[in-house]
Amino acid sequence: MATATLEPDVDQSALFEFLLRIGDNALILGHRVSEWCGHAPALEEDIALANTALDLIGQTQLWLGLAGEVEGEGRSADNLAYLRDGFEFRNILLVERPNGDYGKTLMRQFLFDAWHYLLLKALKGSAEKRIADIAEKTFKEVSYHLNRSRDLVIRLGDGSAESHRRMQEALDDLWPYTGEMFVGDTIDAALAGAGIIPAPQSLKIGWDEIVADALSESTLVKPADGYMHKGGRRGVHTEHLGYILSELQFLQRAYPGAVW
Amino acid sequence: MTMALHPSVEEVWHWLSEVPDPEIPVISLTELGIIRDVEWRDDVMVVTVTPTYSGCPATTVINLDIERALAEKGLANVRLQRQLSPAWTTDWISAEGRDKLRAYGIAPPIDGTAADGVLMKRIDRLSGRSNFMIACPRCQSTNTEKISQFGSTPCKASYRCTDCLEPFDYFKCI
Ligand SMILES: [Zn+2]
Repeated sequence: MATATLEPDVDQSALFEFLLRIGDNALILGHRVSEWCGHAPALEEDIALANTALDLIGQTQLWLGLAGEVEGEGRSADNLAYLRDGFEFRNILLVERPNGDYGKTLMRQFLFDAWHYLLLKALKGSAEKRIADIAEKTFKEVSYHLNRSRDLVIRLGDGSAESHRRMQEALDDLWPYTGEMFVGDTIDAALAGAGIIPAPQSLKIGWDEIVADALSESTLVKPADGYMHKGGRRGVHTEHLGYILSELQFLQRAYPGAVW
Repeated sequence: MTMALHPSVEEVWHWLSEVPDPEIPVISLTELGIIRDVEWRDDVMVVTVTPTYSGCPATTVINLDIERALAEKGLANVRLQRQLSPAWTTDWISAEGRDKLRAYGIAPPIDGTAADGVLMKRIDRLSGRSNFMIACPRCQSTNTEKISQFGSTPCKASYRCTDCLEPFDYFKCI
């Protein structure tokens, strides 16, 4: 009874929920970015996007693999990715936004990367070692993602009149999807209280700073904080997720258990 | 009791040093620094491997190559163990590995230049160049420029030499 345990005393279902949230963000954004493969405006950009998508899908395997382990019902990362329905996905709405033009894809990436970077940086100190280990690994990759998306947002924002216009439009359009990153619920509170994750609100200051800094260099204007869309983290998605899943899950749905 | 029949751990390390990286076959898995431990646990040979990048497609091939190489030496009971922490860093690429990369036409990583998420652009501007003096593996000139931070595999970036005009891969620091 009185034996000390190294495992933080936390509800495993809350932990599972968090792992789905972080894993699904990587999966859905990885899929979105992979849609550019063969279509990017330049070969180097095509390769960069494919690499980013590959990193995110590799990270998905780590997060969803751990989710399956924590759940303890024998579900693998593949099971979780390919055999859940839309309402069981926990990604934020931002990552399911359509790619739009190249500027919009980059803006979505930057807004996400800045947050992802801060989240992983905090998770490196998680009281749950398995989470800290994955964060240590993935943080290095995401640092490259942020370097690149930030650089391109600045170059295109402070580029031609046309690129500036498109980047400002992308920013205005995506901004209402950024609020969801910083809204916590009881699951976040329980895990943050146990030192496993940072409270979502706590990442806002750092994110604001990274974003404000890049926007000022890019000559883009930060939109006013108005209505913010949310729901993805509890399974309420936009219609776009259904289209993503119909492609992403097609093979396992049409040919259950197919391997090669 | 049966320990004496096992090849030594040193011998297993030596065998692994002959297994080439599938994507850059001039360097071995040990020179790449991804083999973290080799040990006997009773009759099982446990090899601890750390991935380079989370999504590196070579990871599966590397595992198969290790199993095959050890099977050829007569080790059937092999278990591969994945280790994420400490996370792999290019600092672990050995000196011989770096020389081989250079000779192969890939500029080796410059330690301490990993992405920091936000500051790189500023450092680039302050230093007036974007390459931390990465030398062209063909003519050794440091008049080189970055084409893209991402290259032909997850671990490389694309560069170009402005003297001999040759494009080349840089094994980026992580
Ligand atoms: Zn040269």
